[in-house]
Amino acid sequence: MRDVYNALVEIVGEEYVSFRKEELYFYARDPGLMPAHEPDYVVAPETTEEVQKIVKLANREKIPIVPMGAGMALTGLIIPLKGGIVIDMKRMRRILEVNEKARYAIVEGGTSQGALKSYLDRNYPNLRHSIPDAPPTVTIAANVVIHGQGRLTQQYGFNSDMVSGLEVVLPTGEICKIGSCSMSPSWFSKGPTLPDLSGLFLGWLGTTGIMTKVGLKLYPKKKMRDVELFVTDREDLIPEILFRLTHTEMVEDITAWFQPKPIIFQGNHHVTLYITGDTDEELEFKRKMVWDSVKEFRDNKDGGFMWILPAMKPTFLDMPQRSVTTFADVKKGGGFEYSGPIALIEKYPVLARKLVELGTKFKVAYSGMARVIGRSHAMMFGIAFTFNRADPDMMERVRKALHEGITFAFDQGGIPWKPTAEEQKMAMERMDPNTLKLMKMIKENLDPNGIMNPGNWEVN
Amino acid sequence: MDRLKFDEHLCTTCQTSDCLVKCQFINLDRETAHREVMKIIKGGDSSVLRDCVTCYACEEYCQWGNHPFYLITERREEKGILTASRAITNQWINMCEPQGKYKVGEIKEKALSCCFIGDLRRLARGKLFEDVRSSYILGPEFFCEVVYLHFAKPSVIRERLPKVIENINQLGIEQLICMHDECYGSFTSLAPAYGIEVNFQPIHYFEYLFEKLRDLKSEIKPLNIKAAYQRPCSSRLSPDKYPFVKEIFGLIGVEMVNRKYQGENALCCGEVLRMVAGYEVANDIQRKNVEDMVQSGAEYGVFNCPYCQMALSEKVYKKGIKPIHIIDLCKMALGEE
Repeated sequence: MRDVYNALVEIVGEEYVSFRKEELYFYARDPGLMPAHEPDYVVAPETTEEVQKIVKLANREKIPIVPMGAGMALTGLIIPLKGGIVIDMKRMRRILEVNEKARYAIVEGGTSQGALKSYLDRNYPNLRHSIPDAPPTVTIAANVVIHGQGRLTQQYGFNSDMVSGLEVVLPTGEICKIGSCSMSPSWFSKGPTLPDLSGLFLGWLGTTGIMTKVGLKLYPKKKMRDVELFVTDREDLIPEILFRLTHTEMVEDITAWFQPKPIIFQGNHHVTLYITGDTDEELEFKRKMVWDSVKEFRDNKDGGFMWILPAMKPTFLDMPQRSVTTFADVKKGGGFEYSGPIALIEKYPVLARKLVELGTKFKVAYSGMARVIGRSHAMMFGIAFTFNRADPDMMERVRKALHEGITFAFDQGGIPWKPTAEEQKMAMERMDPNTLKLMKMIKENLDPNGIMNPGNWEVN
Repeated sequence: MDRLKFDEHLCTTCQTSDCLVKCQFINLDRETAHREVMKIIKGGDSSVLRDCVTCYACEEYCQWGNHPFYLITERREEKGILTASRAITNQWINMCEPQGKYKVGEIKEKALSCCFIGDLRRLARGKLFEDVRSSYILGPEFFCEVVYLHFAKPSVIRERLPKVIENINQLGIEQLICMHDECYGSFTSLAPAYGIEVNFQPIHYFEYLFEKLRDLKSEIKPLNIKAAYQRPCSSRLSPDKYPFVKEIFGLIGVEMVNRKYQGENALCCGEVLRMVAGYEVANDIQRKNVEDMVQSGAEYGVFNCPYCQMALSEKVYKKGIKPIHIIDLCKMALGEE
């Protein structure tokens, strides 16, 4: 054990390696419901070469390694289920390049969403990226590795669709470039027109390699941004409402949500939609298109737009949404977890009804939120519960509610998003055997010693 | 349950049918207007029940004080005719439901009603309010309920308003300075129309301001500005208080510019109507309103209702007119921030 520690110290320096109990305690858990499990070491590299050396060491010694961003996925993806080394990427936080005209950025694997947003706001006010509604400390690499979504997902798809290149340290220690950057100094494509190898890493939850650099597409940032809130008491209308809104192609981000508290939101479903423009005329044109698209529902009184008072607007316009943290502490005690199956938008009504049923059945506080992915191509349906960490009984009820919720979502044809280890198993049980076989071939070839984030996507 | 006091005979013999003839949103000649009024009274299917945008103005147009708007609202609810969507209507009903989250100051015989609007408490500062600032009520338990006229839900008013009045009575308040037109209208127009007894004396804050400014006359530095006044929908429930605007302006050296849309012809801010009558109607009202302010040569756009101010501030500011609440304008004349 001392040999591994010394080897790690040699790679990154004593200051950035630890097996002290108090630090292992922290790295053993995330804010969700998964049981904690301590790593043996925590190490924080600063360069790709240091990552490479750590991986080579781990592969040689057959020690599990778990790459970690901010650890905010809530589903235990960075909990070292089999111990080993947690590689905390946060020191690799440099923004290496912004190509303004080609609208992409290259960032290191530990760069946070907040850092990129703030850098762009300061230096490239006409550019933005698809920031997720998560704490700003969450990292860009972790977000794309779990197929995260963000504020531009309705327009451009999953945030992983916006990747424009990768640098990855493979489980066997090779540093590999993926996309246009594999043969060009420019990071404008993650694959096309070459064979798209990015799929060997995106969505694999850190089980096939460690992203040390990410190329990310940037998008125009308009001068003005506003929010509208459409409200209906009929969840069965939400799919059609979303279909019509996305048809306008005028909206930046669309979420549909419902929650029983505070009382102002009780009994209704809300569609939050953001519009942007460089001029008043552009903004108002888009607003008119949006209003007109749901005129039928307004006319027959099935829905209407809420007056968002100026005092409420900053909350809605906040990026990322800080109000999520308010919900996370509704029950006091700071427990919050959600499953976010990806499903067809037509499933919103049944999933919404199921969530209400689960809240009642398990006596837990809930909130439901669907983020539209693409032009109504799919949605992430967040089955969210808040709980008191000091109340084991409440935590157990939330676990059961989540399990029943995700099972129901699978039965409805959904697939998991950032699944817990248990949800991964449930997903693999339902997967086409040949798909599983292909996953196994990929995994065994890339990670012959099974050191990468073991316990996740365990095809065997 | 209190019923609306409505005198059918007054409408039958009315020679003008001003309530509908003067309406800025429904275009009817006198004869048709009279016919529609009678249909409404008899519980018939009047087009007015669908077309009314809830601007409240007919309450002022009726020279008999016969509450045509309250009747329209009653009939709409009886027939299940919604103004806004069910979801928005229920949202407003839920939002203002008493939940024990009210605030009460050191209550004296005279108290300020800040309704359910925190901004009104913020406005009640400085010399003008130093005697009464600490004696205030704020929260859903004291909410005047008038807004449910917009949503054609008088049953909510009938149910909740007596409790609001009881809550005020229990505090021993004898004089209630209403910081919002709606509250004043609720206690002086709506409650009597439904036979709900009010045991305290409602005072419109315009009257209060006028008296205080007269007391502080020596400290006033005339502002020497031109201002357009934005009259809110709820002021239609107390049109007798409208002349105070000119009086107050006179005391603080503000020239009230002539507008096309003022006095009886005023247009509301349009924002609540957006939920009720839609985007087009609201935008049209706001466009006309702001253009009218610009045409009038006003330097300031003066608001009575905080919600009107929220709705129109940015729009008038973009046109070079400074938005300000009338209380802040008075404070300015007293050299306060």
